[in-house]
Amino acid sequence: MLAYLLRRLVYVVPVALGVSLICFMLVHIAPGDPLVAVMPLDATAEQEAEMRAAYGFDKPLPVQFGLWVAKAATGDLGRSIATGRPVAGEVMTAVGNTLVLAAAASLIGFPLGLLFGFVAGYFRDTGVDRAVTALAITGVSVPNYWLGMVLVIVFSVTLGWLPAMGAGPGGSRDWGWDAEHLRYLVLPAVTLAVVPMGIVARTVRALVGDILSQEFVQALYAKGLMHGGVLRHVVRNAAPTALAVMGLQLGYLLGGSILIETVFNWPGTGFLLSNAIFQRDLPLLQGTILVLALFFVAVNLLVDLAQTVIDPRIKRT
Amino acid sequence: MTKPLVDIRDLSVTFSGERTVHAVNGLDLSLPPGEVLAILGESGSGKSVTLKTLLRLLPPRRTAISGMIAVDGVDVLSLSGRRLADYRGGTVSMVFQEPMLALDPVYSIGDQIAEAVMRHEGLGRRAAMERALDMLTRVRIPSPERRLKVFPHEMSGGMRQRAMIALALACRPKLLLADEPTTALDATVQIQILLLLRELQREFGMGVIFVTHDIGVAVEVADRIAVMYAGNVVETGTVAEVIRDARHPYTKGLLAANLHGAVKGARLEAIRGAPPALERPPEACSFAPRCDFADERCRTAPPPMIVPGPGRRVACVLADRLEAAE
Repeated sequence: MLAYLLRRLVYVVPVALGVSLICFMLVHIAPGDPLVAVMPLDATAEQEAEMRAAYGFDKPLPVQFGLWVAKAATGDLGRSIATGRPVAGEVMTAVGNTLVLAAAASLIGFPLGLLFGFVAGYFRDTGVDRAVTALAITGVSVPNYWLGMVLVIVFSVTLGWLPAMGAGPGGSRDWGWDAEHLRYLVLPAVTLAVVPMGIVARTVRALVGDILSQEFVQALYAKGLMHGGVLRHVVRNAAPTALAVMGLQLGYLLGGSILIETVFNWPGTGFLLSNAIFQRDLPLLQGTILVLALFFVAVNLLVDLAQTVIDPRIKRT
Repeated sequence: MTKPLVDIRDLSVTFSGERTVHAVNGLDLSLPPGEVLAILGESGSGKSVTLKTLLRLLPPRRTAISGMIAVDGVDVLSLSGRRLADYRGGTVSMVFQEPMLALDPVYSIGDQIAEAVMRHEGLGRRAAMERALDMLTRVRIPSPERRLKVFPHEMSGGMRQRAMIALALACRPKLLLADEPTTALDATVQIQILLLLRELQREFGMGVIFVTHDIGVAVEVADRIAVMYAGNVVETGTVAEVIRDARHPYTKGLLAANLHGAVKGARLEAIRGAPPALERPPEACSFAPRCDFADERCRTAPPPMIVPGPGRRVACVLADRLEAAE
């Protein structure tokens, strides 16, 4: 088990390198020059060359990549071209905000998805099942940025109950655990929770239906268990797969939703990423994507480890 | 005569749904305490359905059951809720055909046995685990302490079926139902499991209803045989009576189709045709279309039940005449 853990941790290195390389190349293939945005319109060729050298853009691409990787390994992701602030700090603030949003969305979406999925799977082909399934499909199908805008229109514009934009009063970018900040969290978290809720509900419904049709359920009734006792077995059998699905969804949520964070002006990684793309802010873009990729790898590892604990049939060596 | 342990009268089971199936049609069956009955029949003859009806395991929404079932004086068809759960696993328990499918894959063997004991006898976990250990020893599983913590997928087929038997017997049922318990096993393991069942049956003094399509298995374990065809019993009697003096043409066909003693190269005797679909309840003898001796009476009315001797019944108009012919 320990050897497995170590090996998985070592695998993170090639994954991170690969992600950086792909991202680095994509950014350089894309048209547009990052310096155009920050240079004065009447800049001379000398000034431009000086600027290019300052950011290291004058060197050949492989050298640029090598330098970037070497610095990233020490925790230095460079400086943002647009703001001049260190990328590492920018990304960490954004990651913190996205974590808050992802955690809130998970706390809303996962329990509801599990509950709906279980009820629908247990009462399969009844009115309850059809209602829950319809709800889940709607949740997965409705474009969530559209839902976000509708919620803003209803709860912010018409009713005036909740703020529509930002992560705190006065456009604050730093999260705080108080009632004022929490009010800003409600709408984006609810909007973001809808898709994972639908996906978890549908997966768990199929899972529970499948488990209930297996012979061992009949055998459990045959040894005298009542519905409650049988349900306990069903939960335990469904847990590994449900956990895997939730882990994957959590990974997506941690990646930040560009659309939702843009709709709500939430200063998370998705928001940061979209800004970096539009401003051709290469260091910021690369740094953000690297951190997000590492997050995904970490969540997958945690889910794999949790599965071995729950399901005796899975052995990781 | 002692009160029977199992008394089934005029039992009919009908499944509705996309297709209606009259799986069991007016079945009568009884079993004295401590005896082993083998229900013999081909696939779709209603033998497994009869067993599952005895435990009320069929899906209630799609199943219509009529008739009477009494087990140990309890009216099984009227049970519900907690009393039904007490009856299942307490009075009657079941060994399934494929232990890999019938055991919960994510619970250890010990937990699964202990769960039944805690449920029925209200014992604590530790005492229930001790019982589980005792049961694993009784079904002759080697190093039982270790096997308590093992999961079903970590055992061989024979060991799994032993564990299944240990689970079924953990609460000392008066009646054990075994649904083709050796079909999924290797031939050498089959015989071990059959001998084990026979030994445990004597040890616990319980009644056993054993479903099989294998005459050899029936002869090995049973005191009595009931031959089922198209949802009804066509012939019953002691093993010796049925094997030596089969009266029903279907039973004779089954015995003739046996591989034992067949000559190499010679054509194997098989019953021609296929069993009926049972979409409608039979109005005449179900076997008549496949029977070499069938006449007009067989095709117009259900066959009479002929009683050639005590505890012996044959559902065939020719039961007496066939005997005379031999």
